[in-house]
This record gives sequence, structure tokens and C-alpha cells, in this order.
Amino acid sequence: MGNLINHVMSLLTPHWWTCVMSRWCSVVCRRLHGRYRELAPHLVPLDYSNNPDIRVPLTLIVTMPELKENPFRDRIVETFSEDGQGNLTFNDFVDMFSALCETSPRELKTIYAFKIYDFNRDNFICKEDLQRTLNKLTKGELTPEEVTLVCDKAIEEADLDGDTKLSFADFENMISKAPDFLR
Amino acid sequence: MARNVNFDLSHPLMEAGLESPVDEEVVHDSFNQLIAEQSRSDGLSDAFELQQLQRDLEEEEGQDDVPYLSSPGHEFRGNRPRRRDVEWYDGERRVDPLIGERWSSATLKVLSSMPSRTIGRSRGAIISQYYNRTMQLRRRRQSRPSIRDFSHSARPSIRGYGMEVDGTDAEGTEVSKRERLVNNLQNLSASDRVRMLRAMPLSVAEKSELRRLALQKEKRTITGSKIPCCSRLKYYIIIAFRQSWYSWLSFMHSLQLWQVALKRVSGRFGTGVLSYFLFLKTLLFFNVFLFLVTGSFLVLPQAVHPPELAANRPSFSGLELLTGAGYFSDTVMYYGYYSNYTLQSCRDNVSMSDGTSCTSKQNSYNMPLAYFFTIGVAFFITCIILVYSMSKSFGQSFRIDKSHSILAVKVFCSWDFKVIKRTSVKLMSENICTQLRELLAEVNHKDANNTACQKLWRLMIHGLAWVICIGSTIGCVLGIYYFSDYMHNQTTTLLDEARLLALPVLVSLINLLLPGLFNLAAWMEDYDSPSVCAYVAIARNLMLKVSVLGVLCNHWLLNVTADPKLTCWESFVGQELYRFLLMEFIFTLLDTLFGELLWRLFSERVLKRRRKPVFDIARNVLELIYGQTLAWLGVLFTPLLPAVQILKLLLLFYIKKSSVMMNCQAPRKPYRVSQMTTIFITLLCFPSFLGASVCVTYTMWSIKPSTTCGPFRELKTMFQAGKRWVEELEKDNPNLSLLARAHSYLVENPFFLFVGAGIFLIVIYFHYQVVDGQRKIINLLQEQIENEGEDKKFLITRLQSIHEQKRTPARRLPSQDSGC
Repeated sequence: MGNLINHVMSLLTPHWWTCVMSRWCSVVCRRLHGRYRELAPHLVPLDYSNNPDIRVPLTLIVTMPELKENPFRDRIVETFSEDGQGNLTFNDFVDMFSALCETSPRELKTIYAFKIYDFNRDNFICKEDLQRTLNKLTKGELTPEEVTLVCDKAIEEADLDGDTKLSFADFENMISKAPDFLR
Repeated sequence: MARNVNFDLSHPLMEAGLESPVDEEVVHDSFNQLIAEQSRSDGLSDAFELQQLQRDLEEEEGQDDVPYLSSPGHEFRGNRPRRRDVEWYDGERRVDPLIGERWSSATLKVLSSMPSRTIGRSRGAIISQYYNRTMQLRRRRQSRPSIRDFSHSARPSIRGYGMEVDGTDAEGTEVSKRERLVNNLQNLSASDRVRMLRAMPLSVAEKSELRRLALQKEKRTITGSKIPCCSRLKYYIIIAFRQSWYSWLSFMHSLQLWQVALKRVSGRFGTGVLSYFLFLKTLLFFNVFLFLVTGSFLVLPQAVHPPELAANRPSFSGLELLTGAGYFSDTVMYYGYYSNYTLQSCRDNVSMSDGTSCTSKQNSYNMPLAYFFTIGVAFFITCIILVYSMSKSFGQSFRIDKSHSILAVKVFCSWDFKVIKRTSVKLMSENICTQLRELLAEVNHKDANNTACQKLWRLMIHGLAWVICIGSTIGCVLGIYYFSDYMHNQTTTLLDEARLLALPVLVSLINLLLPGLFNLAAWMEDYDSPSVCAYVAIARNLMLKVSVLGVLCNHWLLNVTADPKLTCWESFVGQELYRFLLMEFIFTLLDTLFGELLWRLFSERVLKRRRKPVFDIARNVLELIYGQTLAWLGVLFTPLLPAVQILKLLLLFYIKKSSVMMNCQAPRKPYRVSQMTTIFITLLCFPSFLGASVCVTYTMWSIKPSTTCGPFRELKTMFQAGKRWVEELEKDNPNLSLLARAHSYLVENPFFLFVGAGIFLIVIYFHYQVVDGQRKIINLLQEQIENEGEDKKFLITRLQSIHEQKRTPARRLPSQDSGC
């Protein structure tokens, strides 16, 4: 998921990564903190040294330009939030960027993509999850019969162990065949 | 009918009866208790969902229909006939209210700690999964343990995994697992550790904690133990070096060229159009490398020691910029300027009293040898870089297993997350919609109802289109051939400047107009699949450009070199290439102006269409490749040509970017970026670079250099420069005669070339066999996964039945009696 902050951090791995890992208040984190603060200036304090427990609500996070038009914005933010409701602490915010930036490893993106597409959070992508994904992708342009047909065929194609749901292993196997994944 | 619970595996009723949904609901119910028991904090969300489901279940108890529940325990919906399920369901319900029954905690623990249920959920599961992975990595890096060390298990795949059933104390096991993970991390190498930590789906805070612990232990072992001070010093030096390397890397990356511009383009048009600009950037880097090499080894020494110039040099007039001749022809730009002797730095030292050339050879520079080796080494390094990037790109986009899961992949992988503008997002979702519809139509109506007559008609159309394309290509190529001959023979004095531009203008015009004809032909053919259409278009354009370049090379290398009127044919060829490059750039500008801007105005105002013209990625990339081929062809004759190409690419980037942002829209057809990028890099390597290097090698190997100019004046071929140097070395130092002999055998004898090529082909064949074997293994593994799925189902149902039998032996007896 390319976004503006990534031209700061994304291609600097390993430097970015060791920087963030070794010193929490590095330059990169300061910039991230700036982005975090501009979402809710009245909520987020300038000084983060005593780790205050501040959560920025979902409605403010999805106003970010990179997420604004994304059909999965709610799910993305919910996946990275601790409480599952989409309220991100600063740690969650950093997690979200680190997982979705351009150079994060493909396995990590696969894990988080699976979580994002798993709407009912039962650790399987069942038919309903797939239908909701499809509706978000096509913004309701397909008729319900077409949606059902696509979901059936997709599960049929990707389900390996025959339980009519996509477990993480099925999902990973299917993604491994597609090189153009989550750029 | 009695429900005999026996352990006969082949008993047919076993599997049918055990798939009563009642059993599943009871099992999944009790997960609630177990998960709440096991991991209090992490399982809360699961617990809530399952409680909800349990409440739903209790409401639906009275119904006869089998409720469809999407839940973790509900796995056995499948191909079994539903009637049987309902039958068994009814039977069971009347006899045993099994809901709410407590199952043995051991069974439930086993079930809930199955890896497929806990991936990415609880922290404990993630840590244990990555503990296993680091263990595997350690073992792989060290020696493989013997298989006897592992306990026997029915599944060889989990041997050595160290799978453990969770103990009773959840907190305790998690802490100990973390300790062990940290221990493993510490024992890995630094790069492995970084890679493992990056891939973990934990939060950044936890990852940094793990890393800190791993490094802390490392430091403790280093500083605590009695390591001699010299290796400690070495350790500190390595750390300092690594830190400075990271700082250097970050500095380099902060100089990212065009980052913001690329971001804006990708935000509006997606990764397809972005790939064109990234390709342009790649070509820029190739040319910068070439320029640095030729500049520092050829241009700079020669510029510092200029040779004696001819008296009658023409003065500068503006036309030189277009034709490259005139004032420029006797400059460091062309081959003819370079000296054929060894440059010595004290030649120009006029402060010497006697004015004679100095005898010391300290700062001498053998120009012919430098020329020969620089060009050779530049081409060699470019070849290596190209092959490396081609293989990397190929590795990313090539999939061994032919994928059958088209629809699923389309649903999950077709969304381009780089696009952030609202209209583009809307367009993208419309595109995906269309593609899904097309795929559905294709999947549903696989057999096209094409009669023989229709097929014949389509075949005729395709044949006609190909005849048109090939015919027009051949026609243009012949035209260029005869025209080049005519232009060459007609002018008496070849310095008639304006006439020199005629051939480049004609070639660029053909390159501009003929692809339009190909597009018309493709429109007439009306391909079903957009990817086939794209490939056919690329193939036709490629055919045109290869034939044009072929006939031009033929003209230069055969006609021009044999022309007695030309005193310095290499410089002339260099000038021709400069002109071609420049004309190509000018015509690209004109095409951008007319093709994109004016067409957009025309279609908006006159045709009143709402959609802007589409940016044709494939055609533009092929034009870039054509330009780069010209640059590579010309490096031998014009060492400064890479600089011209750099300027051209820089200007092209900004012009194309503004044009795209103003005039175009994203392509409507799906564009598979990784595949296309791989194809373009392959095209850059194979026809383009290979052709250029073959031409250059042929020139250096066989063609006699001109006698009056250039660094290879008196030699038979340019290649002789290297040979002469080796002979001189042998003369000076007789010990190197072995080297000279080896050189003469290896390089001049074609036998070794054949042997080398043969070995190369054998290696390729072996790798192909390996890939084939891997494909077979993938098929076997897929079958194994299906079997494991069946195993899992069977084991769970068997566990349920055993516990059910144990729990309710008393209640079963009356039912068995009555059932019979």
C-alpha cells in the first residue's frame, strides 16, 4: 500500500527497520507521529515520551488521503486496532504502516490480507466474507446472482481441503500463484 | 436402526452417520469454554462470537432444518447428501440432547490448538509457529539431524517440528516459548534474524522487544566471556561498518529520483502506467553507468591530451545539433578524434627545458587498448546487470504451477492499492466488475458455439490482418533499403548537411505510422482476450523495429564501411546514430503533441466523448527499447552517445508525465504488470542488447578500421589491439608467454566458444528438468493436502464418537435396543 510516508520509510529497510527497532523516537517515528497527530490534533499530544493512552477513532483515521477512497479502509483499520473497533493507538498506527508498506515481506502482507478479508473474524474466509469482499470491490455493480456465482466458483477453485471455506493455507496457496499481489 | 459405533474403518455408515450436524454444533460450542480457559485476553473476541453462536443455536433447537453456520467447528458441509444428515439429525435429537454436554478437555484442547485455527490469532500461537520456523532455519543452516532422533509419527511431515500440545498453564508456556524463540533468534545470523523478525505478524513494539532481548543476550555472551581483545575489536569494527553502511544506504535512498512525481502518476493511473516510468528510470541508470565508464576511461584522458587537429575545421553553426556533423565531427564526441598511440602525461609539460617527449612511462595511457577494453567491459557488465534483473523479474512473475484459480485470484489480487484518486478508484472498480463478468461468461460458456463457418471466417480475418502487417513491414523495410542506397550514392559530397537528415526522418516516420496500422488491423480482428491482443501488438511492433534496425545495420556495416569516399566511416556511422536518436526523440515529442494532446481536444470538443485517450503502455515501452538499442549500437563509434541518451530520457520523463496527467486516462483493459515488466526486460535483453552486442562484436572482430582516423588506425581489426598488447607484454616479460599462448588459444580458437556454449546449454537443460520435477512435486503436495484434510475430518469425527460413546453409555443401550 503505497502512501506518502513510505517514501520516507519504505525503501530504507534495513535502515528504517533497524532505526525503528533500536530507537523508538527516531526520525522516522517522529514523522509518523506528525502524521498521526494531524489526524486529530486536539486528541494527540505533542509529547509522546510518557506513552499516553490515546486512541484515534476510526472515523478520523479513514480521512487519510491514502485510505479515503480505499473500499477496505474500515477493515484495514479494524485489523490493526487492539480493540477490534478501529480505534488506533500510536503503536497500532506504526504497525499498520510497517505491515502495509511497499517493502514489507510478502508473507506478512498475506497474513494481514487474510485478516482484512475475514470480515467475521472466524479465521476462515467463508462465503459471506467473500460476498462482502466482492461487494466492496465492485461497489454493488454486480447482480446478486453474479456475486453468488463468483463466490462459489472462487471457493471451488481455491479450497484445497474441501471444507468450502478458505483457511489461511488455502489463501496463501492461491496468493502464491498471483505475482501481482498487494503492491 | 442401531448406531453401531465401531472402529471398522471401512464401515460405510461410520462416515455418513458421524456427519450429523448435531455433533459439530456441540463440539464448536465447547470451544467457547476451552478458549476462554486457555487464553483469557486473546480469546475474548472469539469467546464473544462463539457465545453469540451458542445463543443462536439454543434458539434454533426446535427447528428441524439443519442450520448453516459459518463457524470454526462447522467444517463438514460438503458433498454429502443432505437427506441423510437430516435423517440422522432427527434420530439423534429425539434421543439425546447433546447440546450443552461437556466434552473431554483433552480433545478440545487438541482441537482448539490446531495450527489452522490459531494462525495470527493468539500471540502464543504466533510465537510457537515462529519458534518452529527459527528451529528449522537453524537446523538447515547447521547440520540436518538424523531422522531417528524424532519420534515416530504417522505424518512424516510433522516429524521434527516439535509440535507440542499446550500444557495447562497458558501463561507459563507462553513465557517459556518466548524465551526459546529469543534463544533461537540469537543463534541465527543477523540477516536471517532480521528477515524472520520482519515477517512476524506481531506488533512493532513486541518485535522490538524480541530484537532487544536477542541482541542483549548476544552482547552479554560477547562481553561476558573471555574473548581476546582483538576479536572484540573486530566485532566493534564490524558493528561500526554496518552502521555507516546503513547511513550511506539511507542517504542514497533519500536521493530517490522523481519519487513524488511517480507517486502522483501511480495514484491516478495505477501500477500499469507506473511501470512505464519505472522502466524509463531503469534505462536512465543503465545509461548513467555507461556514461561514467566511457567518460572516465575514454573521454577524460583524451580531452586532457587533445591530439593535433586538422587545420580546416568548420565553424559552429546551429545545424550541428541536429546532424551531429560539422563542428562536432572533430571533437571528443566521435571515434575519429581518438588517438592511436599511448598518451603520456609529460608530453604537454612545456616547462621542460628541452621540449622532447619524456622517456619515463609513469603516466602513460594506452589509448587503443583502453578503447577496446572499455567498450568490452562496459558491454560485459551491462550484460550481467541485464541478465540479473531479468532473472529476478522472471522469478517474481513466473509461477511453476499453471494456475487454475482465475476467479479467486481476480477477486483478491486485482485491487491496485496504489490508486488513491476518487475517479480512478471508481474506474478501477468498474473495470474489475467488467472483468469478473467476462470471466464468468467465459467460465460458464466454455464451448463457444462457433460453427465451422464462423471459425473459418475468423481464421481468414486473422490471416488477412497478419498479411497486412507483414506486408507493410516488408514494404517499409525494402523502402528504407533502397532509399538508404540512393541517398548514399547520390550525394557527391557527403557533408551536405540537410540531406543527411532524410533517412532518419523516414525511419522515424515509419516507426510512428506503422503501429497505427497494426492497431487498425487488431481492431478489425477483434480479439476476445485482451492479453492475447496485447501480446500480438507487441509481437508486431517488435517485428517492425527489429527489421528496421536489421536493414540499417546491414547498410552501415556493409555499404558504408566499403565506401572509398568516406575517410572516416566510424565517425560517419556515429553521426548517423546520433541523428537517428535525435530524430526519434523529436518524433516522440510530435507524437505526444498530436497523438495525445490534440486527439484529446478533438475527441472532447468534436466527437464529444467523455473518455480521454488511453496511454498505450506497450507501444511507448517498445519505443524506449528501440532508442536504447540505438544508444548501445552507437557507444563504440560515439562514446558520448550515452550522455545524449541521458538528456533525452530526462526530458522525455517530464514531457510524458505532463502529457499523461493532462491528456490520458488509465487503460481500461486489465494489465498484468509483473508479467509485462518481465517481458519488457526480456525484450531489452534479448533482441535489443543481444543484437547490439552482436553488431559491435562483429565490427570489432571482422571489419577493417579506417586507416586515417581513430585509435585502431593501422590494425587489421580492432580486436588486434588486445592481441598486440599481449604480444608486447610477452616481449617485455618472457615469463608471461604462457598467458599469451593461453590468450591466443582461448580467444582466437572457436573451439572453446563451442565448448562454452555447449556447457551453457547443458546447464539450462538440467535446470529445466529441475523445474519439471518441482512441478510434479507440487502436484503431489496438493494431493497430500487434500488427503490431510480428509484425515483431519476423519480424526475429529472419530474423537467425537469415542467421547460420545464414553459419555453416554447408559443412555445408548435403551436406544440401541429399541432401534433394532
